[in-house]
Amino acid sequence: MVSGVEFLRNVNLSNKVEVGKRVTVIGGGDVAIDAARSALRIGAKEVSIIYRRSRKEMPANPEEIESAISEGINIEFLTAPVEVLANNNKVISLRCQRMKLGSPDASGRRRPVLIEGSEFEIETDMVIPAIGQASDLSMIGESDGVKISGKKTVAVDPVTLASDKEGIFAGGDCVSGPWIAIEAVAAGKKAAISIDRYLRKEDLRAGREEKIASAKEEDTPLMPKPKAPRQIMSSLPLDSRKAGFAEVELGFTEEEAAKEANRCLNCGICSECMQCVAACKAEAIDHNMSEKTIEINVGSIILSPGFECFDPSADKLAKFGGYTSLISQYGYGKYPNVVTSIEFERILSASGPYKGHLSRPSDLKTPHKIAWIQCVGSRDVTCNSGYCSSVCCMYAIKEAVIAKEHSPEPLDISIMYMDMRSYGKGFDKYYERAKKEHGIHFIKSKAYGIQEIEGTGNLSLRYVTEEGKLHFEEFDMVVLSVGMKPRPAVIEMSKRLGIELDHYNFCKTDSFSPVNTSRPGIYVCGAFQGPKDIPETVMQASGAAAASAAFLSESRGELVKKKEFPPEINITGEPPRIGVFVCHCGINIGGVVNVPGVKEYAASLPDVVYVDENLYTCSQDTQELIKDKIKEYNLNRVIVASCTPRTHEPLFQETLQEQGLNKYLFELANIRDQCSWVHQQHPEEATKKAKDLVRMAVAKVRGLEPLKMISLATVPSALVVGGGIAGMVSSLNLADQGFNVSLVEKAMNLGGMARKIHYTLEGGDVQAYLNELMEKVNNHPLIKVYTKASISESSGYIGNFVTKIQVGPKKEITEIKHGAVIIATGGEEYKTKEYFYKKNSRVLSLLELESEIIKRSKKIKECRNLVMIQCVGSRDDERPYCSRVCCSESIKNAILLKDINPEANIYILYRDIRTYGLKEDFYREAREKGIIFIHYEPDAKPEVVPFKESGKEGLRVSVKDPLLGEQVIIDADLLALAIATTPPSTNKELSQFFKVPLNEDKFFLEAHMKLRPVEFATDGVFMCGLAHAPKLIEESIAQAQAAASRAGMILSRKLVQLPGTISFVNKNKCIGCGECTSVCPFGAVALDEKQHVAVVNDALCKGCGICSASCKSGAINLYGFSNSQVVSMIESL
Amino acid sequence: MEEGKESPWEPKLITFLCNWCSYAGADLAGVSRIQYPANTRTIRVPCSGRVNILYILKALQHGVDGVLVSGCHPGDCHYLSGNFSARRKFAVLSRLLEYIGIEKGRVQFSWVSAAEAGRFAEVITEVTEDVKKLGPAKRLVKNIG
Ligand code: FES
Repeated sequence: MVSGVEFLRNVNLSNKVEVGKRVTVIGGGDVAIDAARSALRIGAKEVSIIYRRSRKEMPANPEEIESAISEGINIEFLTAPVEVLANNNKVISLRCQRMKLGSPDASGRRRPVLIEGSEFEIETDMVIPAIGQASDLSMIGESDGVKISGKKTVAVDPVTLASDKEGIFAGGDCVSGPWIAIEAVAAGKKAAISIDRYLRKEDLRAGREEKIASAKEEDTPLMPKPKAPRQIMSSLPLDSRKAGFAEVELGFTEEEAAKEANRCLNCGICSECMQCVAACKAEAIDHNMSEKTIEINVGSIILSPGFECFDPSADKLAKFGGYTSLISQYGYGKYPNVVTSIEFERILSASGPYKGHLSRPSDLKTPHKIAWIQCVGSRDVTCNSGYCSSVCCMYAIKEAVIAKEHSPEPLDISIMYMDMRSYGKGFDKYYERAKKEHGIHFIKSKAYGIQEIEGTGNLSLRYVTEEGKLHFEEFDMVVLSVGMKPRPAVIEMSKRLGIELDHYNFCKTDSFSPVNTSRPGIYVCGAFQGPKDIPETVMQASGAAAASAAFLSESRGELVKKKEFPPEINITGEPPRIGVFVCHCGINIGGVVNVPGVKEYAASLPDVVYVDENLYTCSQDTQELIKDKIKEYNLNRVIVASCTPRTHEPLFQETLQEQGLNKYLFELANIRDQCSWVHQQHPEEATKKAKDLVRMAVAKVRGLEPLKMISLATVPSALVVGGGIAGMVSSLNLADQGFNVSLVEKAMNLGGMARKIHYTLEGGDVQAYLNELMEKVNNHPLIKVYTKASISESSGYIGNFVTKIQVGPKKEITEIKHGAVIIATGGEEYKTKEYFYKKNSRVLSLLELESEIIKRSKKIKECRNLVMIQCVGSRDDERPYCSRVCCSESIKNAILLKDINPEANIYILYRDIRTYGLKEDFYREAREKGIIFIHYEPDAKPEVVPFKESGKEGLRVSVKDPLLGEQVIIDADLLALAIATTPPSTNKELSQFFKVPLNEDKFFLEAHMKLRPVEFATDGVFMCGLAHAPKLIEESIAQAQAAASRAGMILSRKLVQLPGTISFVNKNKCIGCGECTSVCPFGAVALDEKQHVAVVNDALCKGCGICSASCKSGAINLYGFSNSQVVSMIESL
Repeated sequence: MEEGKESPWEPKLITFLCNWCSYAGADLAGVSRIQYPANTRTIRVPCSGRVNILYILKALQHGVDGVLVSGCHPGDCHYLSGNFSARRKFAVLSRLLEYIGIEKGRVQFSWVSAAEAGRFAEVITEVTEDVKKLGPAKRLVKNIG
């Protein structure tokens, strides 16, 4: 007789264990089964197991039980041992008794009950009891102050494993009762952590509570695969098993393994398989992180929780009763080749599922014909998203154009849309190019459904065009342009913060305070406030920052952390050691240029000691990599071959500084904007060019030296040019932040264009707001207002500008010193000559119509037919941009007029109605109120003729109604024109004073269309409002706040750092001819009379290098662009 | 340039672009995906006024077939008068080049603003075409090896 555990230990330690012929094992756990199967393998002829309960209760692994039975082991269920019978100290049999199952015990299992008189004997020569074990607690107990649980184990805190007695911890079987080894190991570690903390007198509990998140339904992934049975693993034939301990489970074949691995486990939430930890090279995943509550004292909060994408799958639609929505007919989730725009974006991405190759999901073939369906989950009340998502038109065009560019084969693209809303700056031009240059078909239509064509994966799209004609068209793939939705979590958040949401659950704001929530001190930005594009989001973000900066101006400067760089490594005298990082930029570069080839080539260049290629060199982890490589290879010059230095040089320079390298030891080779993007059809030439550009960069950096920046004191005041809403809002915000502001307005009064606007579409009182704003500005102690003033001269640079203005009728000159300038020059109404404007009294501009409506004039009251014509002077060859506000303005006035004069018939003749974002509600309202919208195309513009017949008089407007296919004639009493907004002619002058560019439409050109919408490439100069592009009042206000925020950042710094790329003189070469002093536009070079050489005033020098280019003796040179550097670039070619 | 298989002659061009206008215009051409010939190699300079005449002569000496210097439009120079200074220098240079027999068109000067992506591509295309017509530059080339 030997215990199960001991028997197994002996078997495992040596094979020389004696077994009898007939072995009986007592117990039902894994140990019992293991003992029985081992006994069989080392020579027993008959093996039995006796177990008290039935098979159902048996705790051993069911597969083990199955294998034991199949190997011929006899299991006596419902049997209990009574006595071991022995003869001569040798076991001869085991007396047993049969049992039946009674009521459940504490463990929930049914208790076995003896059956009277059922005793019987099993002949056996060896008995192996493998029944439960108990802890040996003889060394410790209640008398020691340690509590013992009802299970007869030590009672401990489950988190810390501390017993009731301080300093005593317990774990393993003496706590849990008999249990598996791994848990004992875990408990050992847990106890060790506790003891360590205990000895250090730390909190035992902090951060250790494990909360197991329960799965929410929305977190559970959809079951993408059908249910599949497990693969059955083949096992060792029975007779070979008994021969020894060979593995019984033979493992999967390759094919079986693949099949098994393909089964979806549908784990739902994380099942802690830890595969992600192993896969994430950045080591970003920590499974031990737990939820913590942190308290932070703040004076203000900015909310930017973003949005989520509309989910067009049928089950999600069903959830909010969207059954009736057409979207359920698009088969998303059912047909693999119907994808969302976000999925399509991934398909195009180099890091996406197909590595950037244009392929469709069903069969990975390159699609040749793709359709986009617009407004999926937008402008659709059936799924509670009656608003326009504002961005889908542009992203659809972008995706379509990129798809065309990427497709190796001809690609036919159609975009099914209701209105093309390319209202943003430069967007209409892009739209026109997509039509004309890329041949994308834009079809004004409504898509009614999609059906997959059997066996092909192709899709038949059913749509109705404007003329009411039904079409069925086959496509290889359909992309759904999904809209933006507020995230469900914001409802809870807004309750906690006490802020109001609107009827769609976007954050409620007011037109005149677009970043303020309903609770003071809490601000909002981004798509949480309403759907918007990147530039508007960035503007609002800066605007929210400005609003909270003004709100907290008293405590500015507290709690700031300054970025510190490590001391600079001295590289003087060291030979160049160059590292070259070549960027794929997704597929932007890698799709054209042979990046590995460029990298390999770079390695062959002189002094290059390290080369690498990166998917995105600007990503955070690549910055870390660059730093590592600088350290590892002692790099003292770095070249990145990627995009343009104009946007990315500062980022990489900072990376160098973080590793202790002077930031001027860097050079960017522009192989994207000026190579891969402009030679897309010529990969070979582009690669050759990229190699040349890298070679030139190497030639340059070999001669680079560390340079010093110059610090100068900042003048903490701002100049704001333009006294409209934007200029006033900027001024007021900066003044509220505590800075002096000079506000210069060319007219007699402040107010600008807004003086002529009375209401916003939402009903806000513009005049009341304007008056309040003007009063605040006029009375603010830090704002000095100059009206009837204009700029006559400006010089200086970031932190230190000097501007002269002429004020009043006498044009008195005043000089203003300022550290930053904001250009807010506004816009003007275009002076159109079309449609009898200014010739016929029945023709009004929208602004004039508004003032008639406000006056409730006779014209308005007696008007029977009003026609509005949209896009007068906008979106044409001369002004190829959208004036953005006119659609909303027209609808506003139409609704106002209808309310005053319900009898009036109002017709709006439009090209596309662009009531983007939440304004869409008003478009719907207008239609509900009976306002009639008629679409026209620019090649069939409405025609207007004045008429006078049989006592009637008016304007005869004719336009082709696309639905009827016929010309309709409207006899209008009034004609209102939605006239374009144009930039003021003074923009040109200002652009020259402040050295900032205009775009082709003569609006100011920002540093980056998306990411730096209020800044110029020239530091210290900012813009806002209509100076940038036409926009709505709330957008102007947000941008004005944004400009104030950016300017405030400069003004709040005591010092401004000027670049180290300035001129210097080699005294030995200088002959003192004075040429440099005469060409310098800034008076930065002077002649030292005594030494008779030129000297550069570092603070005045701006680094243009004109002096150096003019120097006959080569004595004056420019840091960072020196003669020898440029010449070596030339010679490297 | 790299050694390669014998392919039809393609001119080798250097463009000096000022950082504030023409270089930005060239970037915008990229962002707008406006295509142009790949013959140019750009050297970014702070201002067209930074371009020393020597650079152009060096380039011609070194076997470059054409040079373009492009800066901001008159009045738009970030450094006020850099582009005027450049223009004056090139007026002198053109006379010199003419005198030593360098064909007109091999060295060109233009204004391209940050917004003129299309114009940038046109200028590059034109200069490339002009130089192509002129054939390889021989006049100043130093015979190296
Ligand atoms: S900065 Fe462009 S020419 Fe001077």
